[in-house]
Amino acid sequence: MNNKPFEPTCSLPISAKNTVQLAHGGGGRLMQELVQNVFVRAFHNPLLESLHDGAIWPVEKGTLAFTTDSYVVRPLFFSGGDIGSLAVNGTINDLAMCGAKPLYLSAGFILEEGLSLEVLKRVVNSMAEAARAAGVPIVTGDTKVVDRGKGDEIFITTSGVGLVPAGVRVLPTLIQPGDAILVSGDLGSHGVAVLSVREGLTFEGDIESDSAPLHHIVADLLDSGIDMHCLRDLTRGGLASVLNELAVAAKVGMTVEESVIPVSEPVRGACELVGLDPLYVANEGRFVAMVPAPQADAALAVMRRHKAASLATHIGVVTDRDPPMVVLRTVVGTHRVLDLLSGEQLPRIC
Amino acid sequence: MKYVGEFRDRAVAAALAERIKQTVQRSWTIMEVCGGQTHAIVRFGLDSLLPKNLELVHGPGCPVCVTSVSLIDQAVCLGSLPGVIFCSFGDMLRVPGSRGDLFGVKAAGGDVRIIYSPLDALDLVRKNPDREVVCFAVGFETTAPAWAMAVAQAKQSGLTNFSLLIAHVLVPPAMEAILSSPKNRIQGFLAAGHVCTVMGYEEYEAIAQKFRVPIVVTGFEPLDVLEGVAMLVSQLEEGRVEVENQYVRSVSREGNREARTIVEEVFEPVSRAWRGIGEIQASGLRLKSAYSAYDAEVKFQRDLSQISVGIEDPECQSGLVLQGLLKPMDCPAFGTRCTPEQPLGAPMVSSEGACAAYYRYRSHVKCET
Repeated sequence: MNNKPFEPTCSLPISAKNTVQLAHGGGGRLMQELVQNVFVRAFHNPLLESLHDGAIWPVEKGTLAFTTDSYVVRPLFFSGGDIGSLAVNGTINDLAMCGAKPLYLSAGFILEEGLSLEVLKRVVNSMAEAARAAGVPIVTGDTKVVDRGKGDEIFITTSGVGLVPAGVRVLPTLIQPGDAILVSGDLGSHGVAVLSVREGLTFEGDIESDSAPLHHIVADLLDSGIDMHCLRDLTRGGLASVLNELAVAAKVGMTVEESVIPVSEPVRGACELVGLDPLYVANEGRFVAMVPAPQADAALAVMRRHKAASLATHIGVVTDRDPPMVVLRTVVGTHRVLDLLSGEQLPRIC
Repeated sequence: MKYVGEFRDRAVAAALAERIKQTVQRSWTIMEVCGGQTHAIVRFGLDSLLPKNLELVHGPGCPVCVTSVSLIDQAVCLGSLPGVIFCSFGDMLRVPGSRGDLFGVKAAGGDVRIIYSPLDALDLVRKNPDREVVCFAVGFETTAPAWAMAVAQAKQSGLTNFSLLIAHVLVPPAMEAILSSPKNRIQGFLAAGHVCTVMGYEEYEAIAQKFRVPIVVTGFEPLDVLEGVAMLVSQLEEGRVEVENQYVRSVSREGNREARTIVEEVFEPVSRAWRGIGEIQASGLRLKSAYSAYDAEVKFQRDLSQISVGIEDPECQSGLVLQGLLKPMDCPAFGTRCTPEQPLGAPMVSSEGACAAYYRYRSHVKCET
């Protein structure tokens, strides 16, 4: 016989749970606690603290840019960043590439039941820190919780609104034959940093993700009077994929010089080892700029004033090749097509 | 980068190209055996540096490409079994069998994982004692030692939830098969440097003499390939038939003794079907009887016996490509009905596959500017 006395005890206070429960997305008290104690506490700003269905602010006359991006990176934390800072910087960068000054971000979270609240707080605090550093507040958001096994810890979607200054037009269709192709820094660190944690690979030297906000560099370029025809951040698919997309969009050719494209020694070594081409590896803090050739040096000088673009380099030229195609002059001096990637080099890196 | 940049030097490449041009007087057809060399040739545009009367033919040295459809079908079968963790090198996941590929298995809920080293698989074996870990052991002599070591370690540690589906192939029998063909056009070989790093090149000496073909063991960097070609055309023009070693920084005549010993301890030669080429005697490896408990074909005999024998897509001419009888771009399906996204055959999948290398780095449009 069971000698234990019958003790109908109340369960632990809900707030003492240290993992995400389905009820955290259920709209009840637990969700209120999560919103207040985790999100509002970290992101605090007047627009968010109204806790209305959306953020409300007055607009100036002008042109807006609006963008959205989802982040599903695994692992959540890697050298030089995490899913939180990535989600903030990535959307800021998409706005910056439109020539816009980022104003506000939203953040949507899909959390998997059972996720450690400590992990969630680390991610949210990292987002808050990245948003503060960039000067772009997160003013509205949403949380959903899915059954364990139906997600992968955390998925984040951030959207952003930015203001395009009067007179600024930065579009792929403005790319002209003769434009200089500039890249803002060394390539491939983000993809390799994520891969090395994910696969437990150790490479010579610590390879840190290049994740960084780029809007200050773009603002500086605009303020300096550089007539930027097009900007594009080099995320999934890397430089090679972006150049191909832009060549097709602008109906132009491009020729780039492999030997001057900056790639750090540790990244080059890691790529050689695992059979990746750094030109296809993802970055989270690098972009290409197409500018009129006479302004190339001035643009490089502006870019190099910023830490995230200290290795900015002139790597090639836009041509009038028809049909549109990207041609690489290889390190040994021959020419070949730099094509789009078929399939993925790396799974889930951003 | 140390030991890479030195072998991509533009001025040295130009000098080697000039030396080749000066040497070549007649027309020659030579084969680079290894897919890694094909990749380097196309990635760096090295063939554009060579004289027109020197034809480079891409050999069968891509393990992904030569793995038969029936083995892919077996992999798909095993990957779909409940309780199995199926491990493979990434390239194999997209290779079509007659009933889909391993990516399809993964999408349908199969536990298919990409590994980077055979020893990674042993970690999975230890961490998942209640699951069967099956590895697709694919490769030439280069990867055989690591698989052998994984099996030997598993046996030593008493691990029983581990087995290999073996698609391992050997280079010298394939070279002999190509040379024995009545349609053979190959007059000299660049032998695969990494295979020879493990196995040495003693056994190539008999092939060179038997078929009167010069062979140069060659590395994978642009300057390696160009120097290998220069050495090979010198032999051809001078009428010499020797096995020479261009890749001296990695290869010795006897190879890596320890690696050879573990391979001989665990594996034995077996007849193997090559995709597009057919059965070649003693051209594959299987586990010796002492290790047959780790052979997935034995362990899962009942499951595997239920699948029908797969056939290759009749439109795929990869057999001709792999024997050097057809250039990828001359295949009617190239770039149209066969692309890396929708491959008809394996050479369009692997980064070392001749068709994929051509598709990725070439275009039907000339790109010299």
